[in-house]
Amino acid sequence: MSLTSDPPRGGPAVPAAPDAAGADADGRLTVVPVRHPWRWLAVAATAVLLLQFAHGLATNPGWEWGVFAEFFTAEVILRAVWVTLQLTCYGTALGFGLGVVLAFMRLSASPFLRLVAHGYIWAFRSIPLIVQLLFWFNLAYLYDEIQFGIPFGPGFVSFDTMGLVGAMGAAVLGLALHQAAYAAEIVRAGVLSVDAGQLQAAASLGIPRLRQIRRIVLPQAMRSILPNAANEIISLFKGTSIVSVMAIGELFYQVQVIYGRNGRVVPLLMVATLWYVLLTTVLSVVQHHVEKRFAKGATP
Amino acid sequence: MSAMVEIRSVRKSFGSHEVLRGIDLEVRTGEVTVVLGPSGSGKSTLLRTVNHLEKVDSGRITVDGRLVGYRRSGDKLYELREREVLRRRTQIGFVFQNFHLFPHLTVLENITEAPISALKRPRAEAVAAAHALLERVGLAEKAGAYPGHLSGGQQQRVAIARALALEPKLLLFDEPTSALDPELVGEVLDVIKDLARQGTTMIVVTHEIGFAREVADTVVFMDEGVVVEQGPPAEVLDRPRQERTRAFLSKVL
Amino acid sequence: MPPTPPAAPAPSPTGEAPAAPVLSKEAEPAPPRVVPVRRTGQWAAAAVVLLLLAMAVNSVVRNEAFQWGVVADYFTTPAVLRGLGLTLWLTALVMVLGFVLGTLLAVARMSANPVLKSVSWGYIWFFRSTPVLVQLLFWFNIGALYPQLGLGIPFGPEFLTVRTVNLLGPLTVALIGLTLHEAAYAAEVVRGGLLSVDRGQTEAAQSLGLGRWRRLRRIVLPQAMRAIVPPAGNMLIGTLKGTSIVSVIAVQDLLYSVQLVYHRTYQVIPLLLVATLWYALVTTVLTVGQHYVERYYGRSERDR
Repeated sequence: MSLTSDPPRGGPAVPAAPDAAGADADGRLTVVPVRHPWRWLAVAATAVLLLQFAHGLATNPGWEWGVFAEFFTAEVILRAVWVTLQLTCYGTALGFGLGVVLAFMRLSASPFLRLVAHGYIWAFRSIPLIVQLLFWFNLAYLYDEIQFGIPFGPGFVSFDTMGLVGAMGAAVLGLALHQAAYAAEIVRAGVLSVDAGQLQAAASLGIPRLRQIRRIVLPQAMRSILPNAANEIISLFKGTSIVSVMAIGELFYQVQVIYGRNGRVVPLLMVATLWYVLLTTVLSVVQHHVEKRFAKGATP
Repeated sequence: MSAMVEIRSVRKSFGSHEVLRGIDLEVRTGEVTVVLGPSGSGKSTLLRTVNHLEKVDSGRITVDGRLVGYRRSGDKLYELREREVLRRRTQIGFVFQNFHLFPHLTVLENITEAPISALKRPRAEAVAAAHALLERVGLAEKAGAYPGHLSGGQQQRVAIARALALEPKLLLFDEPTSALDPELVGEVLDVIKDLARQGTTMIVVTHEIGFAREVADTVVFMDEGVVVEQGPPAEVLDRPRQERTRAFLSKVL
Repeated sequence: MPPTPPAAPAPSPTGEAPAAPVLSKEAEPAPPRVVPVRRTGQWAAAAVVLLLLAMAVNSVVRNEAFQWGVVADYFTTPAVLRGLGLTLWLTALVMVLGFVLGTLLAVARMSANPVLKSVSWGYIWFFRSTPVLVQLLFWFNIGALYPQLGLGIPFGPEFLTVRTVNLLGPLTVALIGLTLHEAAYAAEVVRGGLLSVDRGQTEAAQSLGLGRWRRLRRIVLPQAMRAIVPPAGNMLIGTLKGTSIVSVIAVQDLLYSVQLVYHRTYQVIPLLLVATLWYALVTTVLTVGQHYVERYYGRSERDR
């Protein structure tokens, strides 16, 4: 649908006969298409701005493309990218694992389970990620040690928290718990989107409940879950940049360390920027293909 | 009698598919033309070219003496800007198969919207006229209701009132009853027949043969983008000359 | 699955099937007792969750590091409230400006013109592919790239120049960075909303002779709102949380104000709790508001 709405598409007409009240003489009339002055002004303005920007991109010394090239594939950067990817993976895996549990809690018949799940989701969606991460990072101040034993009773084994959790662990924990709240809503929406008739049909065929879920509901729910889940993963991937406030060597932190040392802020920021753009584009392409695979047999 | 609508050598393709392959048609003032044909014959497309909802690829269409979509000056045809096309459209009423009432406006607002904004009528006048129109289609008490509360037949009657609000010279109906439950078809056809009896020039694309027989001055049978046969209903419906016409009629009658 | 309903009452003692409901209690035998299915799995799960919850609540209430007294002290100090005010103001401004720019981008994206369409697509793709933190720091350091901003003929002489550093303080940078980021997401939401309006509506409006802006304003946009408002509501809440990122460039929003305090007093957890509670409070209020706004926009649809 074209908002600027020249009504229909299709080329201009070349009529075979002129519009005369009487004679229908044969003759070709030239058609003069309609002009859109305002639109061309907008295009011109945009083009000029773009050209100026591109010109600056090439000539402005502030970009320091040489420095950019030097660092884009430096080992320290690549290691940092790897840390970022690891944070994304673990955060997603744990986050969705917990998210699925929460989703089914919310869908369960027990009002208590529903309430607890709803409460968790509300809490973790109301607080900014950066605040959550700062919280977990300072966890050591809260719990010097973790004990395993009888609840409210004596402990058997205890660990020093910082040694067990560490900065990286706190980061993954923070990302996962945050992610779980969003994942739960996505999974729940996906399960709800499956036509109720499906479950009824399965039940009337006598299929055991767990198998019902696994074979009938979940595959169909995936169609709704996957696009949203993919967006969440990309979101998480970008969210790892916030972990930099915890001084963990992911991509953004590493870049800051380097430019803190050599003062070359802009090219190093471009290094980080381009790595993020590259990887999110790759993730989007993967998302596209996975979605297509799961769309097989679906009504368009 | 002069021709209200003249369609000459109209061709239209969607991509590689040619939908209209040279249509020639005339509709005289005050007459009702019914267009019949199987689906895919191009009849809806033809109707939509008359008020420029679809652009023709070649050929020309004139309504009330003026070209649709273009302005002639010397031997150049200037494509009209949208504003002008819209102005011309106020003289051609169009009723859609799916009504397309504006769901967020009341019935009254649906009807008064175009007279107020396109014809610049004063609100009081437009509202009074709208009430009169609702009276005419038998829905006077529904002025404040939202389209969502009305049945299909009622919605289509409101759509007809909405088209009439502009006092158009020509009315176009694109399968007005095809989307309705069978028991609601009658009330809409009654309204259209009423308009026909009052001498409104109209082109109706429909499957309702009975309606055609009762009200049409000319019946046009289209198939695969061409006019196969046209003439008075008695001829085309009872004594069709072409084989294709006979085949189609035997399937629907 | 719901329990099966009790079986129909047995015929009356006289042996005839009852033709009408028998009112007297004596004639009707008592229906069999219904025993519902025992949900052991559910009870077990509930028990585990209850236990974990109790432990968590117990530790939260008892642990000294939480220092609830300190939380109460700092909850409404002027510094914190000022920070909160800035957060709210920034959120509102970013939402409004972001959606204005986003609507323009959406219209450009749907235009027939290839230049406008691809530039708009490019913008949206780029600004959604980078983290907002990176974008923010970029704008913060823009002075390194463009020490001067000038007004003049492109590629020609300039009439008016101003030093970037003087023009763009941290707050302005934060506003620009967040708005540009917001616009990319807003554009997709607006576009989705406009696309959701049935094409027939535009055609009906066109065949009634309604002009382009009138069509947009009166017919398309009101209907698009139904599809725009829910995601926009989520974006509002997301924007509110997202403003916390400006603390990184020392803009005195809620989070930074809280950080200033705990850098001084070392009471990290309680002060973080102050921020946490404020965020939770405001987002909850916004969520409730969103619920009512969604109801308003769904009214004609709802009464079907």
